[in-house]
Amino acid sequence: MTIGKKILLYLVLILSGFIMFFPIVYAFMISFMQGGEVLQGKLIPENFTLTNYLNAFEKVPLLRYLINSLVVSTVIMLGQLLLCSLAAFAFVFTKFKGKNLLFMLFISTMMIPWEATMVPNFQTIQSLGWLNSFPGLTIPFFAMAFGTFLLRQQFKTIPIELYEASQVSGVSRFKFFLTVVLPISKTSLITLGIYCFLTAWNMYLWPLLVTNDEKVRTVQIGLKQMQTQEIASEWGVVMAGVMLVILPTLLLIFVGQKRLQEGLTRGAIK
Amino acid sequence: MSSLNMNVDPKRPTLRKNRFSLASFEGWLYVLPSFILFIIFLFYPMVRTVYLSFFYTDTQGKPLSFAGWENFTTLLSSTSFLTSAKATFLFVLYTVPVGVILALALALLANQKLKGIGFFRTIFSSTMGMSVAASSVIWMFIYNPSIGIANKILNVFGFADMHFLLDPNTALLSVAIATIWMNTGFTFLILLGGLQNIDSQLYESARIAGVSSSYSFRKITLPMLSPTLFFVLTVTMINSFQSFGQIDILTKGGPIDSTNVIVYSIYKDAFINYNIGSASAQAVLLFLCVFILTVIQFKLGERKVHYQ
Repeated sequence: MTIGKKILLYLVLILSGFIMFFPIVYAFMISFMQGGEVLQGKLIPENFTLTNYLNAFEKVPLLRYLINSLVVSTVIMLGQLLLCSLAAFAFVFTKFKGKNLLFMLFISTMMIPWEATMVPNFQTIQSLGWLNSFPGLTIPFFAMAFGTFLLRQQFKTIPIELYEASQVSGVSRFKFFLTVVLPISKTSLITLGIYCFLTAWNMYLWPLLVTNDEKVRTVQIGLKQMQTQEIASEWGVVMAGVMLVILPTLLLIFVGQKRLQEGLTRGAIK
Repeated sequence: MSSLNMNVDPKRPTLRKNRFSLASFEGWLYVLPSFILFIIFLFYPMVRTVYLSFFYTDTQGKPLSFAGWENFTTLLSSTSFLTSAKATFLFVLYTVPVGVILALALALLANQKLKGIGFFRTIFSSTMGMSVAASSVIWMFIYNPSIGIANKILNVFGFADMHFLLDPNTALLSVAIATIWMNTGFTFLILLGGLQNIDSQLYESARIAGVSSSYSFRKITLPMLSPTLFFVLTVTMINSFQSFGQIDILTKGGPIDSTNVIVYSIYKDAFINYNIGSASAQAVLLFLCVFILTVIQFKLGERKVHYQ
């Protein structure tokens, strides 16, 4: 590659990187501004004080919402990892009647948009008495076809001899699953876990439907609430809220970007 | 049913046949939790939605009397649904092609072997960590007619101020631009993965043969990337059909229904107007769109996209 071409590439990279990242930097800058500065349309705050962040915690129960979101996302992630790995294990290491039919059923779940089912789902949750509760926010999402396929791909790379050896030595299937399959697949499980957590943390429509109580409300809905209440003058506080909401997931992306890319591609195309 | 019992993978040595129904029972046991949840929270509600779409319902969603195709015919002749359908298709049209091309350009850029490229890859994929709510709040500010940066940029280039989200002519396009930005991270990440899976020896031989880079792009990159590209196209299209959060925060379906896309319309009918029959009929139409797209994806991508 010639020097000229390299410089050109870097310029294009920097320019597109700047454009892509600009909205986030913009929000970061505004999160430090006072009302007057925001109205003047400034780009850089006069000084970086944490007033807006403290206000964000005072004006809405943001800490409560953050904890709720953390609980909901972690529970969904663990539930999905458990159910997906169990199902994937059955598809790879066991034989049973109707297995292929069941596999078709798993594939067909990908053809049903979740939004098309939200009315009866809401009624189900309501009749279970799960409105405004953690089970209502989490359990409907535990089963996941994509995750099952991703882990199935991974489990298929485990040598069958390993399984047969364990069978010969009288190790139960479940013990084989726990002590061999899961540890070997650690990388895939972490990748899927990151993906599940991200998706769960960012959920919007379902929490909007099933919560109207601060005790279980997630941070995404808290953000909407902030934005509608505070819009008049306190954009700085709203943006401070935005920064707090995106911090955990942005960190996850920074740490896990490479893993996520490899894992998701494997799940998508193979 | 035993005729359906194919091997998991023909290349793989088969498991010893289980003669004991106990072992078969164990297999079921592992799949059971997922199976039960799929039945309760996906298959049952889908069937129920189809069922409700043929009934007049009360405000609680209890079916009152059989309506036949009435809900559908009412929908198809109502201007508000036609506006909503038009908004949905325009929204898909605005977001999908541009979004995929943009992400592809970024992925090609980030696939270069340069020092510090990892940094740019992280930046380009960063919007994957942005929730729809947080992104929408940021874009709401960007589009603010008096203090947002969008109008400042327009002014720099000599254009007059615009009322992005408040003007029925520009609202949908403005939401689409915000959506493209939100989706880029995910699309970029998948496409970059696809690019990196292409055997580098292909490029090496092309280089030795002395072909131009545009030729090797057309003859190596695009064909090798096509399964990934196809997957991404379908997924973005389905996602686009399902957009909700950005509409709820940025425009609430307005002004004058210009951004009332299908999922928002279902939400409004079901949870604000309590017209469950109409909402269910719309949900059935949404299901059909997504169903057809997925079937096309499976059929056309069959050779490359294996699930077996």
